[in-house]
Amino acid sequence: MEFTLFLIRRILWSLLVLFGLSIVIFVIARAMPGDPARLALGPRASAEQVTQLREELGLNKPLVQQYVLYMEGLAEGDLGKSLLTRRPVNDDIRETFPATFELVLSTITIAFFLGVPLGVLASRFKDRWPDNAVRFVSILAAVTPSFFLALLLQILAGYVLHILPTTGRLPHNIGFVADMTGLVTVDALLRGRFDVFLEAWRYLLLPSIALMAATMGQIARITRSSMIDVSSQDYIEASRAFGVPEPVRLFKYMLRPSFVPPLTIMGLEFASLIGNAFVVELVFAWPGMAAYGVRTILQKDLNAVMGVVIVSGVFFVVVNLVIDALVGFVDPRVRIRGRRA
Amino acid sequence: MSESLLSIRGLNVQFSAYGRSQQVLHDVSLDVPAHSQVALVGESGSGKTVTMKAIMGLLRDPPARILSGEIRYEGRDLLKLPPRERKKLNGTEMSMVFQDPMSSLNPVFTIADQLGTILKYADRRLGRSRSGRERMARVLEVLAQVRMRDPERVAASYPVMLSGGMRQRVLIAMALLSEPKLLIADEPGTALDVTTQAQILKLLKDLVADRGLALLMITHNLGVVRETSDYVYVMNKGVVVEHAPAAELFSAPREDYTRSLIAAVPRLTGGMRFGSAGARV
Ligand SMILES: Nc1ncnc2c1ncn2[C@@H]1O[C@H](COP(=O)(O)OP(=O)(O)OP(=O)(O)O)[C@@H](O)[C@H]1O
Ligand SMILES: [Mg+2]
Repeated sequence: MEFTLFLIRRILWSLLVLFGLSIVIFVIARAMPGDPARLALGPRASAEQVTQLREELGLNKPLVQQYVLYMEGLAEGDLGKSLLTRRPVNDDIRETFPATFELVLSTITIAFFLGVPLGVLASRFKDRWPDNAVRFVSILAAVTPSFFLALLLQILAGYVLHILPTTGRLPHNIGFVADMTGLVTVDALLRGRFDVFLEAWRYLLLPSIALMAATMGQIARITRSSMIDVSSQDYIEASRAFGVPEPVRLFKYMLRPSFVPPLTIMGLEFASLIGNAFVVELVFAWPGMAAYGVRTILQKDLNAVMGVVIVSGVFFVVVNLVIDALVGFVDPRVRIRGRRA
Repeated sequence: MSESLLSIRGLNVQFSAYGRSQQVLHDVSLDVPAHSQVALVGESGSGKTVTMKAIMGLLRDPPARILSGEIRYEGRDLLKLPPRERKKLNGTEMSMVFQDPMSSLNPVFTIADQLGTILKYADRRLGRSRSGRERMARVLEVLAQVRMRDPERVAASYPVMLSGGMRQRVLIAMALLSEPKLLIADEPGTALDVTTQAQILKLLKDLVADRGLALLMITHNLGVVRETSDYVYVMNKGVVVEHAPAAELFSAPREDYTRSLIAAVPRLTGGMRFGSAGARV
């Protein structure tokens, strides 16, 4: 009950934040130098053409009125038209978002399933060589820029070893369209195309690893310190005194109470993942929303920029709600008291 | 005294950290006869918990080192047992009642889960087997023995849902799960209010009497000793300075240190003033 209230409070609060975000981005996008109409029409368009497009886009109206008009459209789910692609922003995002979603999701999954065991390992062998190795790798992963890693992986795995494809989501000739969820791996499973599923993973692997490194390092470090905290708690000493075997103590009694910090970090990491995804999407020619967002920013494609920011914001909020629910599941104190311990 | 269940002889323990070492137990000897209630008292830092951990095999080396001595349980020296054999005794022959009800239960698992897991591995060490249902039945039985009014509800609860007194009872239940012969209680209930603590001590005393268990009560509070123990060891700076039957110790303490302990402590029963004790908390 308390927990439901807690989640509802979070949702309301998130809506407020999203609303504020929309205003800020709306203003910033319009305050950037450069005339969207001129950029869209190119240097050879006449002054009248530019004025006419400005008129069409409503750029001559007062800012407040522009915002109200935009929000009216948004209320009906209409994100307006993109000047870059000359198509509805809704269509562009519907096409590109699943690719980014799939990339980020596989990244976070791999980061989690590597980071947590590494953290557990490091905490178990605190201050000995496995711990030092994990700490070294985490820090290295945290400071390596994703563009560098992306290029490195592409050259190594793609051009030197020839073991993995380096661009795109699927081979062109595979004859498969992800038309259900838009996630190739999921749709392949839903349609029973296991060959496509495996192939899709081959394509996902390199971009995911390039994007994952920093997050995995974070999760490993947080899990390590959280486990070390928990290991000195009386209840761990108690389970030792009663002869509960070490693997059970480590993976059940210690890991579960240690889980909340890595989970929370994971939610926060989503923001930087979407941000970093654009580099990886560019390098691997991944047809995602992050790359689309950056292209539209450079073009001052106002509606597209707003659309990308709002969709990313909603995505971030939803992911963090899911994480809040998971935290409540993992830690009954949160569920019972309705707040984080 | 009858044949001792637990008998410590000449125990020396040293801690080392960062190249410096400090001996914290000096030639400690004490006996806990079967079915008897023995107390180990001393002020903070005197080495009571280290003694307890040495008995339970919980000292970690490093930083702790047992330099010399014997800890005999039913005649076998625990310090010479192979680790596997030693581990078999924990929870089944001797059990600890943990001190702090707020921190000694895992916050993210239900009571049933925690007690059930302990029972499962205790059974396994003894080569016994019990179905999940039988295990649950035993958990509920023990919860009833520590006077829980609603064992089912307590079993299904997480620690945050229980009061301090109830959690302390769960800790006692935990110690009783596999019917040990010796209970070692390190300052049980000191984290609780005085009334609840008195109830816990009464419960412990009754359980020990009903089952004919031996009890080693560790405390810095001689008031607790008067309530629960037949025989008392007084420890100061890692040395046992005096030991005597409880009545004798209270009527004719030999050491100044013992006298100061007696003087410092409020009695748990009768008209006492908690002003000074309360101010410290
Ligand atoms: N892990 C450790 N490392 C170093 N020294 C320790 C360690 N644990 C205990 N000691 C030292 O051993 C001595 C005895 O400590 P112990 O915990 O047994 O005291 P105690 O009698 O249980 O006190 P209290 O009444 O406060 O619980 C203390 O001087 C303490 O500093
Ligand atoms: Mg102590």
